[in-house]
Amino acid sequence: MSDNVLKIENATMQFGGVVAVDNLNLEINQGEIVALIGPNGAGKTTAFNVVTGVYQPTNGAVWFQGEKIVENHPQGKMKKLYKGEHDGEYPHVLAPTPDKITQMGMARTFQNIRLWKSQTVFDNVLIAKHCRTHTNFLSAALRLNRKEEAEQRRHVEELLDTVGLLDVRNELATSLPYGKQRRLEIARALATEPKLLLLDEPAAGMNPQETDELTAFIGEIRDKFHLTVFLIEHHMDLVMDISDRIYVLDFGKLIAEGTPAEIQNNQRVIDAYLGVAEDA
Amino acid sequence: MTSTKKKTIFTAAVLLILLAACVVVDLTLPGYHIVVTVIKKATVYSLVAVSMNLLNGFTGLFSLGQAGFMLLGAYAYGVLTIPVAKRASVYQYFDGGAIKFSLPEIFSGALGDTVGTVAGMLAALLVGGILAALMAYLIGLPVLRLKSDYLAIATLGFAEILRAFFQWNTLGPITNGSNLLKSYPTFSHATPYVILAGLMIAFIVLLINSTYGRAFKAIRDDEVAAEAMGINLSKHKRMAFIISSFFAGIGGGMMAMYMGTIAAAPFKSTLTYEILLIVVIGGIGSITGSILASFLYIFSSEWLLRGLDSGKFLGISAPAIFKNGFRMVVLSVVIMCIVLFFRRGLMGDKELPDLLDRRPKKRKKEAAGK
Repeated sequence: MSDNVLKIENATMQFGGVVAVDNLNLEINQGEIVALIGPNGAGKTTAFNVVTGVYQPTNGAVWFQGEKIVENHPQGKMKKLYKGEHDGEYPHVLAPTPDKITQMGMARTFQNIRLWKSQTVFDNVLIAKHCRTHTNFLSAALRLNRKEEAEQRRHVEELLDTVGLLDVRNELATSLPYGKQRRLEIARALATEPKLLLLDEPAAGMNPQETDELTAFIGEIRDKFHLTVFLIEHHMDLVMDISDRIYVLDFGKLIAEGTPAEIQNNQRVIDAYLGVAEDA
Repeated sequence: MTSTKKKTIFTAAVLLILLAACVVVDLTLPGYHIVVTVIKKATVYSLVAVSMNLLNGFTGLFSLGQAGFMLLGAYAYGVLTIPVAKRASVYQYFDGGAIKFSLPEIFSGALGDTVGTVAGMLAALLVGGILAALMAYLIGLPVLRLKSDYLAIATLGFAEILRAFFQWNTLGPITNGSNLLKSYPTFSHATPYVILAGLMIAFIVLLINSTYGRAFKAIRDDEVAAEAMGINLSKHKRMAFIISSFFAGIGGGMMAMYMGTIAAAPFKSTLTYEILLIVVIGGIGSITGSILASFLYIFSSEWLLRGLDSGKFLGISAPAIFKNGFRMVVLSVVIMCIVLFFRRGLMGDKELPDLLDRRPKKRKKEAAGK
């Protein structure tokens, strides 16, 4: 149990009568890069939102580093409406807000880039450090936290150097080209000192060259920061290249899991999502 | 790095010159002179505008409760500083009131007359600020769950309720009902106002540039991202709301000092709108803008445009046009022009030191030239 970083247990997310994620079970081990793929609307981002605390699952639990962090069972109106399984197995309610989950050591990026628009590249990363500060507002305002602040600034510079954005540190975040904004989002997530990094379509809108760079980059940061990576992606080159294991969702249900080679040859996945290459 | 140094020197120089000018004004002009009045009032408005900007401009919480918190601060100041000997005449309808002590007098006993009175006045201001902050905490519990316009309506309503509450006769022994509070000590010179407000604005600036201020700006720019990056939304919103209200409370106390008498009537929502107007004219998200706009607004409404109401303006005498109320017509037109030509306020989100930066337009031209 303790060697998996993230474990989703029988998670169901139902909105009204729509079951977006249906009885999802998955485990991610320390140091792995795991991808979650599937057609549009399959519930991938919803699964992410359940893990990061944006949504509270209708039923089921999420474990992080051997500790149960999220748990819920159908309540109120949902008691009658609930269509999923494992009803009644999760008696407790645990629903930390996203900021608590980030502080536990999980950080994410967004499908549609969500940088702080009026801030510089440097400040975007520095703000993410805020959740690791220990000073209160008085000592922060009176500058009694110089040491911590200097330490944070140095760390942010290192991070920017790692992701190759040090030369544009004083630019506005939104003035960067698209690929660099994606990198900045990853740098910002890394600044919260995560153990598990969740990337929601990191290569969306990137050209093949940028995608290749990103593939290498994800591997690099995984090794450098001893991360575990969980990602959603539609670029199959990237997914097949870097994933240790892949989970496939379709209509909210898990239809396959396995290594890239297994997934590529899985008939259900080919039917539902991958299709057959024209030149094959 | 040299440019940062240059900016610091520039800012310090400007502030020192302004302070020196204020001292000179105090030494040469009598306390009732219009220049002194304008400086006092504008300074108080600056402080309140900056506190509102902290909330509306930097944290992105659109709150209109400022007048309510000012009212609390003003009353706290008045109630705690009226000399015991004068309480019988001030609270004549309420048997001399329920409170039988006065902070300045208590402090005078321990510290000597001058120092003690000032210390007592400052302590009363502080109590006003703390009361406003406490009230903000309580109001914030339900209200801060609301967003944008809804938050504005709720806070506006709260301020109005508070005003009615303070006029309630049953509270008379403390608030003097709807009668005036008066005879409390005030500063007759402008410099104490400038120094007090200056120190508090400096604190707000330092806060905004600290890690907490950055978190506030992150919440303003994108709440979802801020929360995902580990910033506790409710905690930080509450913090901004409480700090802003604290300074609004102190601003209210200073306003009481400047006005000489306290009644609940001036703390209507109109006051909040005036402050909001100043924040918008100065630039949402610019401290310098708020201060600049406060002085411009008070200068024109109290002094420059006064003549428009009394028949004579800039040497032109036209009693038929320049009648009571015409001042407000002209002021509205001026404000409309400002809003039309400075879409983001006079300063945008720039601060005083940023004025040293070259304008982006010029830079573009240079780039094109190269």
